[in-house]
Amino acid sequence: MRHTCLNCVYDLAQRDERVVFVGSDLGPGVLEDMKKHFPDRWFMEGVAEQHVVGMAAGLAMEGFIPYVNTIATFLSRRCYEQIVLDLCLHRLPVRLIANGGGVVYAPLGPTHLATEDITILRCVPNMTIVAPCDAEEMARFMSVSLDWPDPIYIRLAKGGDEIVSRAENGFVIGKAIALREPGQVLFVTTGILAQRALAASKLLAEKGIQAGVLHMHTIKPLDREALLKASIGVELVVTAEENALAGGFGSLVLETLNDADQIRVPRVLRMGLPDVFATEYGSQDSLLRNWRLDSDALAARVRDILPHL
Amino acid sequence: MITTTSNSGLGLDSRSRDLRALIVRALIGGNRGHLGSSMSLVEILRVLFDDHLRFKSDQPDWPERDRFILSKGHGCLALYALLADKGFIAHETLDSFCHSSGILGGHPEATKVPGVEASTGALGHGLPIGVGMALAGRIRRQQYRVVVVTGDGEINEGSNWEAAMSAANHQLDSLSVFVDYNKLQSYGATTEVCDLEPLAEKWRSFGFSVREVDGHDVTAMNSCVKALPFESSKPSVVICHTIKGKGFDFAEGQAEWHHKSRFSPEDIARMHAALDQD
Repeated sequence: MRHTCLNCVYDLAQRDERVVFVGSDLGPGVLEDMKKHFPDRWFMEGVAEQHVVGMAAGLAMEGFIPYVNTIATFLSRRCYEQIVLDLCLHRLPVRLIANGGGVVYAPLGPTHLATEDITILRCVPNMTIVAPCDAEEMARFMSVSLDWPDPIYIRLAKGGDEIVSRAENGFVIGKAIALREPGQVLFVTTGILAQRALAASKLLAEKGIQAGVLHMHTIKPLDREALLKASIGVELVVTAEENALAGGFGSLVLETLNDADQIRVPRVLRMGLPDVFATEYGSQDSLLRNWRLDSDALAARVRDILPHL
Repeated sequence: MITTTSNSGLGLDSRSRDLRALIVRALIGGNRGHLGSSMSLVEILRVLFDDHLRFKSDQPDWPERDRFILSKGHGCLALYALLADKGFIAHETLDSFCHSSGILGGHPEATKVPGVEASTGALGHGLPIGVGMALAGRIRRQQYRVVVVTGDGEINEGSNWEAAMSAANHQLDSLSVFVDYNKLQSYGATTEVCDLEPLAEKWRSFGFSVREVDGHDVTAMNSCVKALPFESSKPSVVICHTIKGKGFDFAEGQAEWHHKSRFSPEDIARMHAALDQD
């Protein structure tokens, strides 16, 4: 997914001379072709995320569209004030490409886990947050990223994720995609929880429970209309996210449903990361399994709760 | 080491006093403001706007303008005074400083005030933005200069030094930093809170070409600015030795005049009396 995303930056740079790339001490060889062909528009800055975001703001104030790339934790926590003031207050078209959203960097420990980036960024005015579910959807997103007027936080998954998105669904920023029609249950997901929810819905179908999947690749602005429409007649909405439960994607869905007066609000079950730092390493899969975000656990939780509704 | 006089009446000509009168107008209009932090800036901004920066007040976005960023946004009253003086905003606008429907806030906002290049207030943001603007000018082969004015307490923030390393690495000689070195930050003396010395050496070691000047000496400031960039392929820094509250004897060098949220009738009388001095 990351390679796809960065390759798209080079493609965009070939099409549009406003596109610049700003890395923060990335690995050797990143976007080598772009560096070779557009050396004026390719920057590799130091380990200095506050400066990097401010510099991108300065470039954007002059009409450029900077695509900034580094690890998600550093591109959200470390430079939060620069994101809020330099980018969002000024409403600048800077794209923050955040490697390893969620627990992708599980082996590297809690310093490298972006477990609350959705929480802290979704409350900032003018911010847009996207979390595509696979590389093909990422490519479709990047093709429409150029002319979006606001800052965009692009949450990257690990890469090599199962392709579940479909070309015919396209990509419109702020528009959700129904990957599976709802029944008595509706999973509402973002990022790679779409794959896990799809697998869970198949397990549930084997037990006679129809569960749909509404994939919200855009967390902000949330597709309120699609969420409300898909929730009509549903007994249970299950949100699934690779982010802290506190104030995250599930909270956003819950708030949106609660504040709507058009529908009778279904029960909402939020599945996400607990209010603890990771104490284990392992892998993204093992951490998600421990925190009951694998497909078996999602399906089991639905089976547990349905009889009590 | 450059020294500055603490004799408030000396060294201020009518132009400097007129600009201070505009600041006082806004202070009274808002019944609050950063008096000390603004008064130390007046001659720095006066010299830049009177004789060096290229701008068109009737076309604030003129592409060939020099980019000026007041990174120490709390000194905005001095900038507002210059913007009014140059015709970016009406003089009457100063009266609505900090009013709910006014455009002039306690920190400057680019989306509201013509001539304000970037919204500042949180410290340590101006220099990274300035680096981006200077790089943009290089990409497009534009000739504009980028000027960033920081406070002294402000450069406690690490983001300034991140940006300084980058500016030197990119050899941005179109970028100049002016440090308003009035030696007082919010709590007290910079030497007490977080000593900046040896400040010139710090900037030199970060790859800047450095000069120091009395920031209230208009002739010296003019010579200094005229010499920018001091060296080819290096960003420049001008360390301006200034006096917080300059021109107001009751406020000079007094940390409690960093910011006031209410003025007594006596305060206002003292401000007017200071302006009336010859």
